[in-house]
Amino acid sequence: MLQAWKSLYAKSDPAKAFSLLSPALILVTLAMLVPMTLMLSFSFFTQISFTEIDYSFTIQRYIDFFQKNLLVSLLIKSVKISFIVTLVTLLTAYPVCYYIAFYVKKNKMLWLVLLTLPFWTSYLLRVFSWKIILGTKGVINSSLINAGLLSEPLTFLMYSETAVIITLTHAWAAFALLPLYVSLDKIDFSLIEAARDLGLSRLETFWKITLPLSLPGIIGAILIIFIPTVGDYVTPALLGGTDGRMLSNMIQAYFGKVNNLPLGAASATIMLITVAIVTIIVSYTTKKLSQRIS
Amino acid sequence: MNDSFIQIKQISKHFGNVKAVDDVSFQIKEGEFFSLLGPSGCGKTTLLRLLAGFEYPTSGNLLLDGIDITALPPDKRPTNMVFQNYAIFPHINVEKNVQFGLRKLGLTNEEIYKRVKDVLTLVKLEGYEERFSSQLSGGQRQRVALARALVRQPKVLLLDEPLGALDKKLRDEMQLELRTLQKEIGITFVFVTHDQQEAISMSDRVAVMSEGKIQQMSSPNELYKNPQNIFVSDFIGETNFLQASTKSKEGEFINVVIEELGEFKIQNNLNISENSSEVTCSIRPETMMIDTVKSDWDICLEGEIKQTSYLGEMTKFYVKTKEIEKIITVSSQYFDNQSFRDNKCFISINLNDISLLYKK
Repeated sequence: MLQAWKSLYAKSDPAKAFSLLSPALILVTLAMLVPMTLMLSFSFFTQISFTEIDYSFTIQRYIDFFQKNLLVSLLIKSVKISFIVTLVTLLTAYPVCYYIAFYVKKNKMLWLVLLTLPFWTSYLLRVFSWKIILGTKGVINSSLINAGLLSEPLTFLMYSETAVIITLTHAWAAFALLPLYVSLDKIDFSLIEAARDLGLSRLETFWKITLPLSLPGIIGAILIIFIPTVGDYVTPALLGGTDGRMLSNMIQAYFGKVNNLPLGAASATIMLITVAIVTIIVSYTTKKLSQRIS
Repeated sequence: MNDSFIQIKQISKHFGNVKAVDDVSFQIKEGEFFSLLGPSGCGKTTLLRLLAGFEYPTSGNLLLDGIDITALPPDKRPTNMVFQNYAIFPHINVEKNVQFGLRKLGLTNEEIYKRVKDVLTLVKLEGYEERFSSQLSGGQRQRVALARALVRQPKVLLLDEPLGALDKKLRDEMQLELRTLQKEIGITFVFVTHDQQEAISMSDRVAVMSEGKIQQMSSPNELYKNPQNIFVSDFIGETNFLQASTKSKEGEFINVVIEELGEFKIQNNLNISENSSEVTCSIRPETMMIDTVKSDWDICLEGEIKQTSYLGEMTKFYVKTKEIEKIITVSSQYFDNQSFRDNKCFISINLNDISLLYKK
C-alpha cells in the first residue's frame, strides 16, 4: 500500500510541486490571505460608534474616500513621493551597477557587499540618523552656517517632503542594486563591442543595446522600490512633518486613534489597487518602450 | 593589389606584466586571406582586437590603407568583426541584426533593403529574417554574424575563431564556404584560429604566433614543408625530432651527426655555415615508410611497434628502435596493426625528408 503511494507520488509532478510549495503556501495563507480577506470585508462595513460596527454590506466607505479631499490628495502625494524616490534610486544605482558589472574585474561580490553595508543596521536607526544629518541643528545646516554660507538654517531639509524623499531613497537603494546588477552582469560584453564595431558611439550603444537588455532589472528595481515606499509610514511619521505626510499615516490613524476601521480598510484597499494599476502600467510601458527603441 | 594594405608597426600590448603582443611588425596584402595561428594565450586574439579597436596598443602604430588608425575607436574604423560567440543581439531579429550596422552609413531605405537582401542571399539565410538568435542553430548564427559584418562592406573583415563552436562536419563545410566567399567578394580577411588544419586549408598566408611574437609567417605550404623553428614544426602537424650537431658544409648540403644514428649528408635548408652547432632534425611521420622487411632507403631501422592507433584512412604507429626511443609514423591502408608478426617492423627514412631546425 505504502509502496503504491510512493510510486504514485514519484510519478506525479503536481504532488511533488505541492509538497515543496506547502510551507510557503501555508505561510502565505495565514499571513497574507486571511488578513487581506479580513481587511477587504471590513471595508464594506460601517463604524457606528467608537466600539460598534455595523456589519451590513455597503460601498459607502469607498465613496467617503473620494469625497474627502484630504485622502485623495494624500494618495496622490504618496504615489508622487514614491515615483520620485524610484526615479532617483534608479538614476543613482544604475551607474554604480553598470560600473561593477562591466569595469570591476576582481571581487565583484566584495563591491556589492560593501554597497549594502549601510543596510546592516536597522531601518529605524537609519531614519533617525537622517534626522541628525538633516535637522535644523543637524550636520548639513550647522556646517553650512559655520562655514558662513548661511545665516539661517535651511528649514525645508527637515520635516518635509524632501526629507522623506532623501531618506526613502537611501533606505531602498540596496534593493535596486541587486536586480540591476544581475541584469547588467548577464549582458555579454561582446554584444556591446559588436555594436561599437558596427558603427555606434558609446551613447548609442547604451540606448540600443545595454538599456533594452537590462530592462528586466530596471522593471524589477522599479517594482521593488515603488511598491513598499508607497505604503511606508515610518519615514513620513518621523521626518515628514505635516508637509511630508503620506496616505499610510492616515490609514494607521484610522486603525488607531481615529478608530474608523472600515474607512481605514477602504483606504488601504484603494491604495492596494492603485499600486497594482501603477505596477501594470510600468511593466507594460517599459516593455513597449524597449520595443520602440530597438 | 596593395602589398602593404595593413601595416602593423612595432606593435606591443601589455596587460600589467604580461606582454600579450610583443613588438610585432608585419604587413597584410589587400584581398588576402590572412590567418593568425597559435595556441591559446599566444596573443593572436589581442592582435585582432587591436586591429578592431577594442584594445589600444601600449606602443607602435597601425596603418590601414595608408591611414593611421592606431587611436581610432572601433566605430570609426573601416573594419568589422565576426565574434567567437557571434554576439548576435538577442532582442532583435535577424533582419534587424543585419541592418544594425547600416544605420550610420546614410543610406536610403531602398539601399538598406537591397543590401540586407543581397547579403542574406550571399550567406544563404533567405527566409530567416524574422527569426531571433535563440531560434537559430550554431551554423546559422555564424552566418548572421558574417552577414552583419559584411553588409557594411568593410575594408577588412576580422574573424575571431568563428568556426570553433561548430561540429566537425559543419566546420569543414564552412571552411570551404568562407574561402569561396572571400575570393568572391575580395575583402581582406584576417582570421584568428588555434586550429592548424583550419589555417592551412583556408589561408593565403599564415602567421604562427607564440608568446606574443610571430614565429613564422609564410604560405601554408612553406609553413608545413619548411618550418623555421621547433615551435612551428611541432605546432603545424606532427613530427619526429632528433638531436644533431653539424659538421662541414658541402655546397647545398651539410654533414650532420644525428645522435645514435651516425653522420649523414643532408640538405642545408637553414644555410648554416659554421661547424658543430647544435640543431634539431625534423622528420614528418608520413615521409617515413613502415614495412615488414628491410628496404634500401638511406636509413633503415629495425624496431618494435609499441602502440597503434587506427584512424580510418590511415594507421598511426608508435615505434621503438634500438637507437630511438619513440618514432611516430603512419601507413595508409596497406598496413594495419595485424600486419606485423611479434610487432617487429622496419622504419625507412630518406635523407631528403630530414629538415634542420634551429634548436633555439
